[in-house]
Amino acid sequence: MRRVEILRVVAAKLLIPFILLFALYVQFHGDFGPGGGFQAGVIFGAAFVLYALIFGLDAARRVAPRAVVDRLVALGVLLYAGTGVVTMLLGGRFLDYDVLNHHHPVHGQHWGIFAVELGVGITVAAGMITLYFSFAGRRRGS
Amino acid sequence: MRGLLAAAMLTGIYSFLGACWMVILDAPDVAFTEAAVGAGIATVLMLATLSLTSTREKPPTRSTAVPLLVVIVTGAALWYGTFDMPHYGDPEAPIHRWPDPSYVERTRVEVDMPNVVTAVLASYRGYDTLGETTVIFTAVIGVMLLLRRPKREQGAK
Amino acid sequence: MSDVFGLYNYWIVIFLMMTGFYIVISRGNLVKKVIGLNIFQASVFLLYISMGKVKGGTAPILTEDATVYSNPLPSVLILTAIVVGIATTGVALALIVRIREAYGTIEEDEIEEDWES
Repeated sequence: MRRVEILRVVAAKLLIPFILLFALYVQFHGDFGPGGGFQAGVIFGAAFVLYALIFGLDAARRVAPRAVVDRLVALGVLLYAGTGVVTMLLGGRFLDYDVLNHHHPVHGQHWGIFAVELGVGITVAAGMITLYFSFAGRRRGS
Repeated sequence: MRGLLAAAMLTGIYSFLGACWMVILDAPDVAFTEAAVGAGIATVLMLATLSLTSTREKPPTRSTAVPLLVVIVTGAALWYGTFDMPHYGDPEAPIHRWPDPSYVERTRVEVDMPNVVTAVLASYRGYDTLGETTVIFTAVIGVMLLLRRPKREQGAK
Repeated sequence: MSDVFGLYNYWIVIFLMMTGFYIVISRGNLVKKVIGLNIFQASVFLLYISMGKVKGGTAPILTEDATVYSNPLPSVLILTAIVVGIATTGVALALIVRIREAYGTIEEDEIEEDWES
């Protein structure tokens, strides 16, 4: 490999784990500081985009196979709406998180927000990955 | 500016500067999202589009007088309208009294979570966020429909 | 004249908005139009966020020392708007790619000529 390529590969290998870790931090600490599902999802997707840019689309496709990512996009929305349905089944209204924990409604709110933000994060991350891979997978002139 | 690559880069920088201004305006969540989305994903997607199309713009053939006139008239009308707007940073502005000014106190009591914006987004306005997630889902499906190639046999990729 | 200085944030936003608007209506290249639309969108976000700020307030994250908070509601709305904006930009760019493949160009007037002929 030429020197410039080694530099890029090494820099990417150093950065990508931190980016993923930061995305997870932003997702789960969205309650305490700035952050939450959307930001975390975008950052997580950006890590995969970086991987695809440096190592090529085929290698990135092996890490994030099309079938898995497609299902994840839908899974996030399902998780969100599913939380709403669960609260309805437990007796409350749609997306009324208080009923998730009868003794401590505040904890119910925490669980509800956690599940909902997770759903949003999953959909946004998988969505960003799919967007980029769709563009990059389209060859010129055919 | 005819070089579209440079235009895409400048748009990314513009988004980033907007995000900086948002931090000054006490909206770190939004600044975070705008920086990640505008300076990150939007720039990447634009560059991907440019690599699939052309990177230079044709010189304009129509005159730019009419658009300029329209823009100046609209801008003047908007500028005239701002004289009725509340001042920057005014705590008595209507936006702080309608619809419900008590989000901060209610969050402290009902949700007990430091980040008020996340609490409002996911709990008090959870319906809207569900709709938004569905919009992203739909947009991703749209792009998949537009840009996915059907699976072919080995060699044709 | 102190009235005027309280409004400068709106004027900046109007300037950015008009820049984006001008780009959309005066340029024929489709990618340039999408860029103009993005500039317009970002200026609208700044409008709402600047309206939500309270002088002397701090970010809407509950802490021990702060008493005055800036309004969280515009932040929430704009968060949604930003992500929806990227979704529509993604679809717009995908459409541009397909237009290019169908017509061979992304200049608006060349596409119109192609239609008429």
